[in-house]
Amino acid sequence: MSRYGIVSRLKRRKVQEAIASGKRMDGRGLEEHREIVIRTNVIEKAEGSAEVYLGETRVLAGIKIRVGAPFEDTPDKGVLVCNAEFTPIASPTFEPGPPREESIELARVVDRGLRSSEFVDFSKLCIIPGEKVYVVHVDLYVLNHAGNLIDTSAIAAIAALKSTMKPVYKVEDGVAVPTGKRRALKMRKLPVAVTMSKIGDSLFIDPSADEEEVMDARLTVTVDDDGKICALQKSGSAGLTPEEIKRAVGIAVERAPEIRGKITGSE
Amino acid sequence: MSPRKKKVEWKRADGRELNELRPIKIESGILPNADGSAYIEMGRNKIIAGVFGPREMHPKHLAKPHMAVLRCRYHMAPFSVDPRRSPAPSRRDNEISRVMRYALEPAIFLERYPRSSIEVYAEVLQADGGTRCASINAATVALVDAGIPMRDLVVACAAGKMDGRIILDLGDYEDKKGEADVPVAYMPKLGKVTLLQMDGVLSAEELEQCIDISIEGCKQIYEMQREALKKKYGIEEEET
Repeated sequence: MSRYGIVSRLKRRKVQEAIASGKRMDGRGLEEHREIVIRTNVIEKAEGSAEVYLGETRVLAGIKIRVGAPFEDTPDKGVLVCNAEFTPIASPTFEPGPPREESIELARVVDRGLRSSEFVDFSKLCIIPGEKVYVVHVDLYVLNHAGNLIDTSAIAAIAALKSTMKPVYKVEDGVAVPTGKRRALKMRKLPVAVTMSKIGDSLFIDPSADEEEVMDARLTVTVDDDGKICALQKSGSAGLTPEEIKRAVGIAVERAPEIRGKITGSE
Repeated sequence: MSPRKKKVEWKRADGRELNELRPIKIESGILPNADGSAYIEMGRNKIIAGVFGPREMHPKHLAKPHMAVLRCRYHMAPFSVDPRRSPAPSRRDNEISRVMRYALEPAIFLERYPRSSIEVYAEVLQADGGTRCASINAATVALVDAGIPMRDLVVACAAGKMDGRIILDLGDYEDKKGEADVPVAYMPKLGKVTLLQMDGVLSAEELEQCIDISIEGCKQIYEMQREALKKKYGIEEEET
C-alpha cells in the first residue's frame, strides 16, 4: 500500500485491465464479495460487540449504553451516537491523531443507515420524556484495512447491536433507577450497506484496498429488510450516470439479503 | 465447632494464589498490514499491539542522525471500560505511552537504524487492570515479529498489596481496592528492570517483596512469549 496515496501506473493498469475483463486481481467476479466471518460478544465489558472479517479487512464494533439527556427536538426518543476510529495498526498509512475525513465519513454513513432504517424503535429508548433516555454509542474500531471499510463496519455495527443487552431502568418518584436486569435491544430492521466501485465502465462490489486506490468513484447503498434504500453515499472524484446509479441500486438490493443472512446466522 | 471461631480463609477475588498469574494467551503475527503484531489476553485484558518500521521518520526533523527513534502509543478503545470513555488520548494514555517507550527502548538495537522511526501501537480492546504490563508484553512480541533486532524480550507484570498481603498480577478489582500497585517490566536475560512505577503505600520491605514476585511472574510470561514466537516461526520453518 502506498504511503501517500500514489499508485504506480503499472498497478493502476493491472487493476483496470482485471476489472474490464470481469475477473479481478484476487480472482473474484465483479459481483462477488469476500468471505464474511462474524464473531459476536467478543468484548464482555461492552453491552454488545461484534468482530467482522471481510476477507482481511477487520472491524470491531463495541456498543456502550448509558443514560443521558435527549436532544431538544426529540425529547421522547433515545440517542444514537456513531463513531469510527482508524487505529494506526490497521494500515501503514493510518496515523494516530484526531479522526480524519475518511473516518468521519465512515461513521456518518453507517449512522445514517442505522438511523433512517429505524433499526430500533427510538421512542422505546425513552425513560423519562425530556429528561432521561438511553444513549447508544456505536464505536467502530478498524483493526485491519484491506478495503471496503464501510460495508464491514455496517455489518459489525448491526451484528453488535443485535447482540446488545441493554441495562433496564425503571422510574421511581420521577428518578431513573437501574434494576440490574438486562434485556436485548428489540431490532426492527437489519440495514445492510453494499458499496459499489466504478473503474472505467465497470461497477463491482466489495472493493479491495488496491481497487479502492485505483477506483474512479464509489457508491454505497444501504438496504433494509424490505429492500428499501435507507442511505446513500457517493464518493470519489468521477461522476456516475443515472443508468449506473440505477444499476448499482439494483445490485445492492439483490446482494443485501445474502449479507443479512450472514448476520442473522451469526452467534 | 462454633461458626464464630472458624476464621474465614482469605481469598483473592478470583480465587487465585497470592503469586499466581491470570490465564495468559499470546498470539503473534495477527495483523496483515503491520510489520509486526501480537495479541494478548491477560485475564480479561484484550490487547493488540502493532509495530511499523524501521521506516522513514515523518516529520523528518524528529529523526536522530545516530539512531532510530522509538515511538509508542497506548490507546484504549471507547468500549474497553465501563462507562464508555472518549477516544481522545487522555493524560493517563500519554503517560503510559511514555513509560512504555522507556520500558522497551533498552531492549532494541536502535543504533542500527539511524534517521528512522520504529512505531509501536498498543490498542486496548478490553481493560481489566494491568493494561500497561499486558501492552508491553504484546509490544515486545510484536517487535520481534517485525524482525527488529533486540537484546532481550521485555516482560512486564505488576505486584501489589491487598488486605495487607503481597499479591501478583492485580486484576481490576484488586487494582482499585488494593493498597498498592507496582508495575514492573524486566529483561530476564540481562536482569534489568526497565519499568517501575507505584501507587499506594508500601514499606521498603514490602516494595522489595513486590519487585521480587513480579520478576518471578515476568519469568513465567517470558516463556509464554517465547512459545508464541516459536509457534509462529516454527510453522514457517516447516513450510520452507
